[in-house]
Amino acid sequence: MLDISGKVAFVTGGARGLGAAAAKRLASAGAKIFLTDILDDVAAATIAEIEDAGGEAQFFHHDVTSPSDWQYAVEACVERFGSLDILLNNAGILQPGTILEQSFEDFERVMDVNVHGVWLGMKTALPHMIEAGTKWPGGGSIINISSVGGIVGAPGLSAYSATKGAVKLLTKSVAMECTNAGHKVRVNSVHPAIIKTDMATGIADEMTHQGVVGSTDEALGLMSLAHPIGHLGDPKDVASAVLFLASDASSYMTGAELVVDGGFTAQ
Amino acid sequence: MGLLDGKIALVTGGARGLGAEIAKSFAEEGASVLITDVLEAEGAETARTLGNKVSFLKHDVTNEAEWVATIAAIKDQFGGLDILVNNAGIAMGGRMEETTLDDFRRVTSINLDGVFLGMKHAGPLIRERMGKWQGGGSIINISSVAGLVGLAGAPAYTASKGAVRLMTKSAALEYAQNGETIRVNSIHPGFTETPMVDFTLDKMIEAGAAQNSDEAKALLTMAHPIGRLGVPRDIANAAVFLASDESAFMTGSELVVDGGLSAR
Repeated sequence: MLDISGKVAFVTGGARGLGAAAAKRLASAGAKIFLTDILDDVAAATIAEIEDAGGEAQFFHHDVTSPSDWQYAVEACVERFGSLDILLNNAGILQPGTILEQSFEDFERVMDVNVHGVWLGMKTALPHMIEAGTKWPGGGSIINISSVGGIVGAPGLSAYSATKGAVKLLTKSVAMECTNAGHKVRVNSVHPAIIKTDMATGIADEMTHQGVVGSTDEALGLMSLAHPIGHLGDPKDVASAVLFLASDASSYMTGAELVVDGGFTAQ
Repeated sequence: MGLLDGKIALVTGGARGLGAEIAKSFAEEGASVLITDVLEAEGAETARTLGNKVSFLKHDVTNEAEWVATIAAIKDQFGGLDILVNNAGIAMGGRMEETTLDDFRRVTSINLDGVFLGMKHAGPLIRERMGKWQGGGSIINISSVAGLVGLAGAPAYTASKGAVRLMTKSAALEYAQNGETIRVNSIHPGFTETPMVDFTLDKMIEAGAAQNSDEAKALLTMAHPIGRLGVPRDIANAAVFLASDESAFMTGSELVVDGGLSAR
């Protein structure tokens, strides 16, 4: 059901964390991976892992906030693999801090990566994906990584949640633009809660720094408790959701939100 | 290797439509499936065509004693239960002021009471084996887009589906907060090509919204941005995903499979 052999997936922020886990999963399900990031060395290790497991992957240095980088990257992907069937807009940053503490520059930086990056990605990749969309029963698939922070508010995450809320509705509007125009490209968002990645450790460090807790471990424990299921998510959990949306098994899903949060927003 | 190898599933309303397709997909992914329904002949025939991994039991989901008997039969016949799909449901048209209280109760007794009874009675049996799987046990309640947005002419249906949406979350939180790995999620299909949609088309013609079935179908299709009605396999795929360990971190969530209907 989750076989995506022959498809080409463009994954941003693919060097580590969610992006790396998703890239590995998509590769093991048969896709060729065009993996981009600004962290070249870390990305090289992820590419090697995919290749060692028998997959095919290409790295491209790419800053998602740069329109010209997007042009080069998308062209390079199509040149290397001949197609672009799946776009995973995963690259994102989290900069904790209340609205009173943060500068406008802080806010703009988060907006730039998390929203402008996603907008540029869809704008640049769509023309190629429209073409690819005619090849598969489920069409092309754009998957935008939002967050539970795009569904509910949280103190100290005002900039982050603003961007993730924007991604949630940007996703729906582009989904409707595609259906309206008859393009066979589906656009959906994934909403993870806190997942065991460097980003989670970053939040834990910040909590320790602010004196909310005594240690990073204590912070991670508290964060686990915020999830009814009793633990943080694993990058693999999000990778599974991404694969489902990338596959033809989700052919009838567009403009939808896949919430992978251990019950975080159910309460 | 299937996504549901070794798992045991109960699918209510499995004689036809969504339930039959969910049972078929589950069996293809390696599960043993018991389908239940009030449609005895159709249910037995469906089970027969789906092969030796699928069996049938007559079962009215509104009847608590029959739930007790069904669960006992599963324990006896299969030795346990890992997946419950509360799929049995009915649609009933008619504006609010034309709907009788009896009609209203008939819809909620199947669509809501049936789901409540299913979770209540299947839960203990699922708990016995939940530790066997990385993703634990899985309960899947079939709600609807009509559990997310309003739908004129279907007050009882939307009420029942909206209730299922939130009852799902409460059940999910009960298990999660108790440290029990039984996940509970809902699926929200758009209009899907099943006998239930034929009923909707008939109602549209009756109400004068369309001249014939083709015209009604074209109108209904227009409500779905993606440009087609759903097919049972679309919903069955979502059920497989939620039933499998692939969705191990998902509980209390809504999987909307509606061709974009509720996105605008």
